[in-house]
Amino acid sequence: MTLADTANLHTFVDAMRFIEHNPGFLATKALQQLALSGAALGIALAIALPLGVALGHFHRGSTIAIGASIIGRGLPSIVLIAAFLTILGIGFVNNMVALAVLGSGPILTNSFDAVDRVDRDAVEAARGMGMTDPQILRRVELPLALPLLFTGIRVAAVTIVATAPIAAIAGGGGLGDIIVNQASYRLSGVLGASILAMLLSALVFAALAGVQIALTPSGIRRTSVIGEPQRREL
Amino acid sequence: MSVLAAGPVIPTFGKGSSCVTGDHTFCWDWVRTHWGDTLGPALWQHVELTAIAVVIGFAIAFPLALLAHRFRRLEQPFGIFSALLYTIPSLALFQLLLPFTGLTTTTVEIALVAYTLVILFPNIVQGLNSAPDDVLEAARGMGLTRVQVLTRVELPLAVPAIVGGLRIAVVSTVAIATIAATLLPKGLGYPIFLALKEPTPFKTEIYSAGVLAVGLALGCDGLLVALRRMLVPWAARGVA
Repeated sequence: MTLADTANLHTFVDAMRFIEHNPGFLATKALQQLALSGAALGIALAIALPLGVALGHFHRGSTIAIGASIIGRGLPSIVLIAAFLTILGIGFVNNMVALAVLGSGPILTNSFDAVDRVDRDAVEAARGMGMTDPQILRRVELPLALPLLFTGIRVAAVTIVATAPIAAIAGGGGLGDIIVNQASYRLSGVLGASILAMLLSALVFAALAGVQIALTPSGIRRTSVIGEPQRREL
Repeated sequence: MSVLAAGPVIPTFGKGSSCVTGDHTFCWDWVRTHWGDTLGPALWQHVELTAIAVVIGFAIAFPLALLAHRFRRLEQPFGIFSALLYTIPSLALFQLLLPFTGLTTTTVEIALVAYTLVILFPNIVQGLNSAPDDVLEAARGMGLTRVQVLTRVELPLAVPAIVGGLRIAVVSTVAIATIAATLLPKGLGYPIFLALKEPTPFKTEIYSAGVLAVGLALGCDGLLVALRRMLVPWAARGVA
């Protein structure tokens, strides 16, 4: 296949035809990818969220939180997937664990940051009113921390869904199965699946951004709840 | 055409020692024999892919950020656009560029540059906007022109944020560049993909290339931290 053959928009028309002709198959693959992503996000949430919130509440462990953000960005997904594959074998579990590690970074960093940065005066006032630690956490810190905390969850979810296609290399299934198998699905299939993978990530982003805006307490709602998720510096 | 689908299976096991043929956890002798033909070149290619992407990305992001700093209304639309751009899976983006630029380094670099822009632009804008109003007021009171305020006040104050953005951009680009191996036999991702194609994934190759990729990311990050200390010695450690 020469460059001249590939360099035209007919390939995208073919890709659309591929999507049109294989809706059931593609839906199955997309659901596979969502299931893998959901499981990974669940594990990441279960581990990183309580840890980040607790560290933030006690204002301890900023090195752990910053380290997590570096790990979240600096660990190439393929390295994680391949490394876990050698330990856990090929398939769902390996990919789930690798993606969960990848997703824990932003969740841990942001939940720590969110709770840590809550106005100390507000916490002091709550304590002066006789609130206990759990009450302060539930009624003061968490509501105020919610926007930034949820940004971490959204970034993690999008990172996981966007990385999940790579899991196909290690038997993870999903749309990546099609993207990395041009021999079977030809360029039209590869492009069709790529377009759908892109839409799937954008959809997750939009859905979570919507939830985030709805969840943000009206008192602290600002115009730019979404926007710059990648802005946090290392 | 994707390397994964149609690339030749290069027998990386080689003849090798009993360690290599038995696929033990880690074989130093494989690393020694294949540094010259596999790991070394892959590392160098990875550095090249990353450096080109970050330099071009910075060259585009910097003027755009100056523009957004001057005309504040541009910032929000670009922020949302870049957040959306970042959601595109790298694996998909490489393939989607394929019909336009083919199986070339250009394809890889376009995708990598796009991802660096998303990170660099908001960080530079944020840095430029971070000068306190009092300081700007004082600068204007001293009779500095708009250009002088930018070059003598706002830019120096923006350096920590700019270097912060560069750190994220470099670390992310090193990570994303491993995926370039789905398109081209280049970078540290390639040995890993080859190792995964073996009947049983070859551990030494995965671990050694993986450690090099992570080490490269951390090494670049360290260099940029040193650069920041050199440029802004007054900034406290850990800040920015």
